[in-house]
Amino acid sequence: MPDTNEPLIFEMSRKGRTAYSLPALDVPAEDEKKLLPAGMVRAEGPDLPEVSEIDVIRHFVRMSRRQHGVDVDFYPLGSCTMKYNPKINERVVALPGLADIHPYANEALVQGALQLMYEMEKYLAEISGFDRVTLQPAAGAHGEFTGIQIIHAYHNAKGHKKSKVIVPDSAHGTNPATSAMVGYEIVQVKSNERGGVDLESLKSVLDDQVAALMLTNPNTLGLFDENIHVIADMVHKAGGLLYYDGANANAIMGYARPGDAGFDVCHLNLHKTFATPHGGGGPGSGPVGVKKELIPFLPTPTVEYDGQKYFLDYNHPQSIGKTKTFYGNFGVVVKAYTYIRAMGPDGLKRVSEDAVLNANYIMQALKKDYWLQYDRTCKHEFVLSGKWQKEKHGVKTLDIAKRLLDYGVHPPTVYFPMIVEEALMVEPTETESKETLDRFIKTMKEIAAESEKDPEMVKTAPHTTPVGRLDETLAARKPILRWKKEA
Amino acid sequence: MKYLPNTDEDRQEMLAAIGARSVEDLFNDVPKEVKFKGQLKLPAAMSEPELLAHLSKLAAKNGDANDYACFLGGGVYDHFIPSTVAAVLSRNEFYTAYTPYQPEVSQGVLQSIFEYQTVICQITGMDVSQASMYDAGTAVAEAALMACAVTGRKEIVISEAVHPEYRAVLQTYIQAQDVKVHVAPAKDGQTDPEKLAALVNDQTAGVIIQNPNFFGCLEPVEEIEKIAHAKGALYVVDVDPISLGVLKAPGDYGADIVCGEGQPLGNPMSFGGPYLGFFAAKEKFVRRMAGRIIGQTLDVRGQRAWVLTLQTREQHIRREKATSNICSNEALNALAALVYLVTMGKQGLHEVAQLSLQKAHYAAKRITAQNGYELAFKAPFFKEFAVKTPVAPEKISAELAKKGILPGLDLAKFYPAYKNHLLVAVTERRTKDEIDALAAGLGGLK
Amino acid sequence: MAYPKEFKYTKTHEYIKVDGMQGTVGLTNYAQHELGDIVFVELPPVGKEFKQNDVFAVVESVKAVSDCYAPAAGKVVKVNEKLVEDPSLINKDPHGEGWIMVIELTNPADVNNLMDVATYEKFESEAGSHH
Repeated sequence: MPDTNEPLIFEMSRKGRTAYSLPALDVPAEDEKKLLPAGMVRAEGPDLPEVSEIDVIRHFVRMSRRQHGVDVDFYPLGSCTMKYNPKINERVVALPGLADIHPYANEALVQGALQLMYEMEKYLAEISGFDRVTLQPAAGAHGEFTGIQIIHAYHNAKGHKKSKVIVPDSAHGTNPATSAMVGYEIVQVKSNERGGVDLESLKSVLDDQVAALMLTNPNTLGLFDENIHVIADMVHKAGGLLYYDGANANAIMGYARPGDAGFDVCHLNLHKTFATPHGGGGPGSGPVGVKKELIPFLPTPTVEYDGQKYFLDYNHPQSIGKTKTFYGNFGVVVKAYTYIRAMGPDGLKRVSEDAVLNANYIMQALKKDYWLQYDRTCKHEFVLSGKWQKEKHGVKTLDIAKRLLDYGVHPPTVYFPMIVEEALMVEPTETESKETLDRFIKTMKEIAAESEKDPEMVKTAPHTTPVGRLDETLAARKPILRWKKEA
Repeated sequence: MKYLPNTDEDRQEMLAAIGARSVEDLFNDVPKEVKFKGQLKLPAAMSEPELLAHLSKLAAKNGDANDYACFLGGGVYDHFIPSTVAAVLSRNEFYTAYTPYQPEVSQGVLQSIFEYQTVICQITGMDVSQASMYDAGTAVAEAALMACAVTGRKEIVISEAVHPEYRAVLQTYIQAQDVKVHVAPAKDGQTDPEKLAALVNDQTAGVIIQNPNFFGCLEPVEEIEKIAHAKGALYVVDVDPISLGVLKAPGDYGADIVCGEGQPLGNPMSFGGPYLGFFAAKEKFVRRMAGRIIGQTLDVRGQRAWVLTLQTREQHIRREKATSNICSNEALNALAALVYLVTMGKQGLHEVAQLSLQKAHYAAKRITAQNGYELAFKAPFFKEFAVKTPVAPEKISAELAKKGILPGLDLAKFYPAYKNHLLVAVTERRTKDEIDALAAGLGGLK
Repeated sequence: MAYPKEFKYTKTHEYIKVDGMQGTVGLTNYAQHELGDIVFVELPPVGKEFKQNDVFAVVESVKAVSDCYAPAAGKVVKVNEKLVEDPSLINKDPHGEGWIMVIELTNPADVNNLMDVATYEKFESEAGSHH
């Protein structure tokens, strides 16, 4: 990566330089002061930078060269499913008939868009085993929020007051944060020695105050909970519902459907399992599936079909309302729809098979070099630990992660889940070839060897990236959160 | 299969290395009680040419803003998107990256968000901005929750003239929490300051208005500021970012939190999303702000660089005590907004706003010159206005679609009291010919 | 770093130095070390009243956040404003310049159920051995 610093665009500004062109006013001009109240008008535009078009393009292209992405090299970031994003998806979403349609256009003029949403809902319901799906949530965490709201509304409608949500100690941080947003108290359950939910621990916290158990399966250790049907039974008997966090659905397509396993509500991350790009942090899409008895509580509107035309239906008096304006992140849905149609049922099953195969292949190859706390078949990801390197050579997981950057590989997720010390969570995905996996294995082995021979070098990595390690304490103590013109 | 590089030979080699006989063996940990045995009922796989044809056919069933002159608004606007935006957004490094957790190889995304935070501060007149929310609706909801956290109070007063969908999202966000929302009524297209004042008291955490509001009208922003602050409530203003090319920044009239829909800034209308909700505040509230924030720092070599900061506010550290559960931002949409704003620059944003302002007023004049049409409200407006119509808006919509025009939004869809009212939006993209055709089309209806 | 003999200590690693009816409260050296570089302290408002074990302040490092629990019931009479500009004072001098607040004790007997220095030193070294 180029290691020359790129100035901020504001520092490139020169008075009078422009990068835009607009048509001249073709209607008679009126005096602005007559159109707007005097106190509200500004004499000139806000203090945005003044640059030319080539400045804009070079600036961003140079910045992009200081950025790692799936299209640059391997990105085995656990729990994030950094799979390849097919290019047809980008081409399709830019079609004017999909990109340039207004959400309030007459339904007669958006029949194609509504049909796509209608079909997509059916596909996702089939893949996950649920009765209906809403496409409204904008992200995984937003899906959780929508799903827990639905559970809340369901209990309320039944006249049951519930106060708690159970979350395993291996859960994503969003699970407790979401439950708290819906007003629930969070109760944690422990994991057992196999990495699943500890049934005794679960039993001890189950009572009639439990609104739901939130579970990721396979969990954040990449392990499928072998007792899932038992857990579902226990929670249901206590009057609670089961929420499936679909962050890890890439492991199970065609092999298990959360709806069949006793879950009542689930969200899916289209930006993980269904190959839409992460965009540097978003936009995502987090559709939510529900069982029949929860359908009345879905957000409005739903997309319906009367045999002739598709339409939006707002008439759901028990609905939780809206969690997002309009109908969700339609553009992301279009890409995921295209992906599902490209793969078909056999392709999606193959996706999960290869994702699991690739993960197990790396795990087996590295378990002599890095500590593996849970040594059993994993699903799409697994968690290694830098514990040996830390104890023997003082090299922490963070150092190993930074050293990987020197090899051009994005590091795995580190220090998560919290129940594994010095965690390194590896998710290769199905779109990587055996050669790439072999290169990663070789690199990880080399770093293990380097940690032994030259720990200092690993501890001071990265050495070849455009910038070195950053002073995060300085950033947090004296926050500089925007550029300002020097006084 | 083109997205799956493993060959059968690769698979055999890998299985052998693992010590498994078949891929199915790797799924033996799925209990038989829950194992899916059938085949997923999905349409068969399509080749790339078939797929493109299929999607093109679906797209062709939609009326888009290139074939239709779009006068629809309601928070989503057909502004022109400069070519620089697509050029930058198609850079694979940007769109195939994840959250910038490894700053040494993520300076591109990090710097772009730092610049985004800066331009949002520049247009809103605020001190700090976060990296974006999902959309304006969720931004308004987060602003309300933040106002409660800052003040320790539990009541929100929001104007009836705020976008009904934003209010609906707010309602969903607070319904399970111990927060009460009061709606301040509007009169003649503007928030009624007297009625608003009657709802604001020492329990009010925040007063939320939209400017220009859903009806397109400008609000008495200074008067409302005094009402909010007199009782110690935070003043939350949702704005159309394009309007800030000609209108005073909310920071200049005392807003504590400014948010809004970022779609008009370089993002296609895309049938409602993905967009971004921009969100900025006064500096003293920064630690109560939800979502990702990028800060400037130094690396070990002494170079200026950017990094995720103030992360202790967020869910992955604070879990159930986090300011919000949001763990992503609309980074690519925010990048579009940034490229849009730096491409337009100081002059360009001013000009877009001026063109929209002038054309909207020309359109209002032409429409109200038609028999039976008159402006619904006397209040000043920016680029959107409501007209009373002699014909049902539903009919107008259907008839004008035949002439290639999306004439505007039926106001009664959200405000049943406003029967026979059409909300018309005019951006710089609308030509005199299109506006004249709209007016003539309306005038010709019986 | 030695722990002052005249302080009393909590199991959550706060200390209180009692002086008549007032007590100066802060975090122990062990607590600051566990947290790492402190970047922000959320101070309580003067005049606020706490019961024993109530959360009275929040301290943040880059990657961790920790609640501080009141060693004794009381009303805040003074807070250490210097921490706003320089939260690292807690790291540099936890038992001195890094104090967090002074309270007017409402129930001086609260202090009786806290640890003395010898007990705390033992408690702290055992807590530390888990790491």
